[in-house]
Amino acid sequence: MKLAVMVNEGPYQHQSADSALQFTKAALEKGHEVFRVFFYHDGVNNGTRFGVPPQDDRNITVQWSELAEQHNIDLVVCVAAAQRRGLLDENEAKRHGKDGNNIANGFRISGLGQLIEAGIQSDRLVVFGD
Amino acid sequence: MENEGGIKKFMYVNRKAPYGTIYALESLEVVLIGAAFDQDVSLAFLDDGVYQLAKGQDTKGIGMKNFSPIYKVLGDYDINKLYVEKESLEARGLTLDDLQEIMYEDEDDDWEEKPSIRVVSAAELRDLMDEQDIVLSF
Amino acid sequence: MAMLHTVNKSPFENRSLDSCLGRIKDGAAVLLFEDAVYGAMKGTAVAGKVQSAMEKSKVYVLGPDLRARGMSEDQVLDGINVVDYGGFVDLVTEHDSVQAWL
Repeated sequence: MKLAVMVNEGPYQHQSADSALQFTKAALEKGHEVFRVFFYHDGVNNGTRFGVPPQDDRNITVQWSELAEQHNIDLVVCVAAAQRRGLLDENEAKRHGKDGNNIANGFRISGLGQLIEAGIQSDRLVVFGD
Repeated sequence: MENEGGIKKFMYVNRKAPYGTIYALESLEVVLIGAAFDQDVSLAFLDDGVYQLAKGQDTKGIGMKNFSPIYKVLGDYDINKLYVEKESLEARGLTLDDLQEIMYEDEDDDWEEKPSIRVVSAAELRDLMDEQDIVLSF
Repeated sequence: MAMLHTVNKSPFENRSLDSCLGRIKDGAAVLLFEDAVYGAMKGTAVAGKVQSAMEKSKVYVLGPDLRARGMSEDQVLDGINVVDYGGFVDLVTEHDSVQAWL
């Protein structure tokens, strides 16, 4: 089956990102297709490569990036939510005159239409948040 | 917009009050963008979500943008099914009169102005939710 | 058209479980995960409410979240099924749609 996942909270503060990650892994293990993971609200913070969690803790962003690389999953960060919270890719940084970008591997910044499209194209949409 | 699977029923479920958290505002942003996709869209307001529609919101004193006027233009985006749960209103001592008036023009009825807000019982809302293909919760 | 409802908040500090249980159709399924797993335990103030919901709908609890919190499966209310993340995925695919009570 084709599944889409929405993540509405950032990593570490709430369990939502961990739950979404475990759910996504389990769905892939069962042979389902994950059409897209869409990050909204503070969920966009899953996509910053600047996080440095302690060595004995999990690195949620790296886990997402690895998952994207291994299974070719589309990790989409909402542009409007990302701009508010200071998550930028190279283009966004240039466009807004910022001196750097912080998006992690495997994530891309795009519009909210990507969420609606995920809902239309997938058989199920599962929302994780607080 | 291409849609191979036909039109889906999308419901935006709003259960949180405005301003205290950003969920209400960012939910509205999804609704506005989603309107371009020509799906069957409805909004449900229940629990503290009913406070999002309260009339007379004035945010000057808190330094935040008052986004309540946006609900009034949803009709221009062909979004005219705003279900407000009766029990949630009653539990908060509110009636329909405490909410903003939100109208749309019905293209199937000679563009007559009609209210977008429909107060429904918990049982009616339960049936409406059950019909949905996609439930976006905020 | 059976729906899967997910609840992730403790019923002792948040009304999401109440909101959910009051608005689900007969035959629906409810999955308790994250802090909502406390709502699946025996002997709590919400146990009666959960049990009466179970007369008309199925209730599941996520095992990994239970174990993480030191809650034993033996203490889960009779009739609640304990599932793992794979079971969570199955619940999603077996139901027509999913509603998260955030």
